[in-house]
Amino acid sequence: MANLATREAYGKVLVELGKENKNIVVLDADLSKSTKTADFAKAFPERFFNVGIAEADLIGTAAGLSTCGKIPFASTFAMFAAGRAFEQIRNSVCYPKLNVKIAATHAGLTVGEDGASHQSVEDIAIMRSIPNMTVICPADDVETMAAVKAASEYYGPVYIRLGRSSVPTINDRPEYKFEIGKAVLLKEGKDVSIFATGIMVSEALKAAEELQKEGIDAEVINIHTIKPIDEEAVVNSVKKTKAAVTCEEHNIIGGLGSAVCEVLSEKCPAVVKRVGIKDTFGESGKPAELLKKYGLTKDEIIKAAKEAVAAK
Amino acid sequence: MNRDINKLKEIAVEVRKNIIKMLTESQSGHPGGSLSAVEILTSLYFSEMKVDPNNPKWEDRDRFILSKGHAAPVLYAVLAEKGFFDKSELMTLRKIDSNLQGHPSIKNTPGVDMSTGSLGQGLSVANGMALAGKLDNKDYRVYILLGDGELEEGQVWEAAMTAAHYKLDNVTAFVDFNGLQIDGPCTQVMNVTPIADKFRAFGWNVIEIDGHDYNQIFDAIDKAKSTKGMPTMIVAKTVKGKGVSFMENQVGWHGTAPSKEQCEQALQELGGAING
Repeated sequence: MANLATREAYGKVLVELGKENKNIVVLDADLSKSTKTADFAKAFPERFFNVGIAEADLIGTAAGLSTCGKIPFASTFAMFAAGRAFEQIRNSVCYPKLNVKIAATHAGLTVGEDGASHQSVEDIAIMRSIPNMTVICPADDVETMAAVKAASEYYGPVYIRLGRSSVPTINDRPEYKFEIGKAVLLKEGKDVSIFATGIMVSEALKAAEELQKEGIDAEVINIHTIKPIDEEAVVNSVKKTKAAVTCEEHNIIGGLGSAVCEVLSEKCPAVVKRVGIKDTFGESGKPAELLKKYGLTKDEIIKAAKEAVAAK
Repeated sequence: MNRDINKLKEIAVEVRKNIIKMLTESQSGHPGGSLSAVEILTSLYFSEMKVDPNNPKWEDRDRFILSKGHAAPVLYAVLAEKGFFDKSELMTLRKIDSNLQGHPSIKNTPGVDMSTGSLGQGLSVANGMALAGKLDNKDYRVYILLGDGELEEGQVWEAAMTAAHYKLDNVTAFVDFNGLQIDGPCTQVMNVTPIADKFRAFGWNVIEIDGHDYNQIFDAIDKAKSTKGMPTMIVAKTVKGKGVSFMENQVGWHGTAPSKEQCEQALQELGGAING
C-alpha cells in the first residue's frame, strides 16, 4: 500500500492538468513549497502567481482571474484560507459564484508540531455554510487527483481540504470512480453505518475489519464530498443499519458529523456517534500522537460503533 | 472616443437626478458617495471604456469595479444611461425581486463586472482581471474606484503591493477622495492621508486631480494609459454629496435617503423637475 500526503498528490495533478488546460492558473501565498504548488510554478511559471503572505488578496486575485475565463487554484494552509480569507471567499467568490478552486492544505491536527495555531479544526464547518460552495475532503492520493480534476471540470467555487501527512492509498483499484457529491461505498454491512471523510476513511476501514471479528457487520462509506452531501447514500445505508458513526479530522461541531446528523434527523432518525475533535484546540506533537490523544483512531471508531449498535 | 465635455455635463446632471430619485423611492441607500463619483464614472463609461451594452460580457471589454460598492446608485444610473438596462428599473433599487441590489451584484445586473460591497476587496479582483489580460495578450484595461475611507482596509494594501509587483500597467485606480466616512472625517476616524505618498511608496504612478473636472480626469486617464510597468492611482479630490447644496460635505448624508421634500429641492438645484 502506497503512502502519500494528499498535498503531494495535489501538486502532481496540478502539473498534469496544467498541460491539458491552458486556462488553469495557480496562486499561492508564500507557501508553495508546502502546498506543493511549487511543482506547477516550475512547470508553468507564467501561470503561477505568488501574492506573498496575503490571503485576502490571494482569494480576490483568483476571483478576478476567474471572471476572465481562467480556472484559478488558490492554495495556502486551511487555517489561512478558510479562516483569514473567509469573507473574501464568501463575498468575492461564492456570492458571485465564480469559478475559483481553493485547495487548502495542512488541514486538521496532522499539521503536527506547528501546533494549534496552524491546526484548522473548523474549516469544513465554515466553508460548508457558505451558499454556492462545494466542499471536498479526499481520502488519499488517488482520490485527491480525481477530485482536483473533477473540480477543474466543474463550474463554481470548490473548497478542497488536503493534509500534510502521508496517508495510506485505499482507492487504487480499477473500478474506482470519483464524482462530486457521490459517496463511495467501501464495505457493505448491516449493523452500523460508518461515514468517514479524509484521512479517517482508512481508519474506518481498519475499524470495520476488527468489528467484523467481533461479530459487528459495519458498512463503510467514504463521504469525500461533504457538500453537497450524498443524502441518498446516507439515508439508504442507515435505513438498513439503523445506526451511524461519523469520523473526521475536524471539530465534531459543524463538519461531517453535523452534515450527516442534518440529513438523518430529517429523513431517517437514528443514533449517530461522532468521532472527531471534541470542540477543543490541538497542540504540538507528532501527527500519530495527536490523532491518538484527540480520539481520531480506529479504536475510537470501534467504541463509537459499539455504542451506536447498543443504542438501537 | 468622444470627449464632449458639455455633453458629459448634461449626462452628469441626468445621473445625479436619477441618484436622488432612486434613493427617494427606495428610502434607503448612499447618496453622498454616489454624488461625489459622478464625473469619474461618466468619464469612464461615456468617453473612455470599451463596453457594449448589448454584450455586457464581451471578452475584450474594459472592466470597471466599484470597490466602494455602497455607491451602487451612481453605477446603476450610469449603466442605465448607457443602455445596459431600462431606466425604469432604477426605481426598483433595493426593493424585493429587483435586479438592482443594495450593493452591486454580478449575477443580477447587466454591466456589473464584479460583486462588491464589503469594502477593501475590489483591487485584488482588478489585479486578477489585469493578470488574465496580460496572460491572454489582450489590451483591455481594468478601472476601479475605491473610497478614501475604504483605504483603511488592509487588503487594499496587499493588493497595492501585488499590482506594483506584477507591473500591472493595465490597472487604473481612482480614489474618491471626498474626505468623509460614516463616523466622521477620515482624518479623525482613521487618518488615511497622505494617500498619494502612500501609493507612491507602494510603487504606483500617482496623479492628483480635481475629481469633478473632466479635463483633469481625461488628462489623468491618458497619463495612466501611457505609463508602462506600473499601475496608476488617480487620487481624485471630490466633494461628498456634490451638486446638492444641503448634502455637500455633510457626514450625515453618507447613508441617508432624502425625503420627498428634500428630493424636490435637490432636483430643482440640479436643474430638473421631480418628474423630469
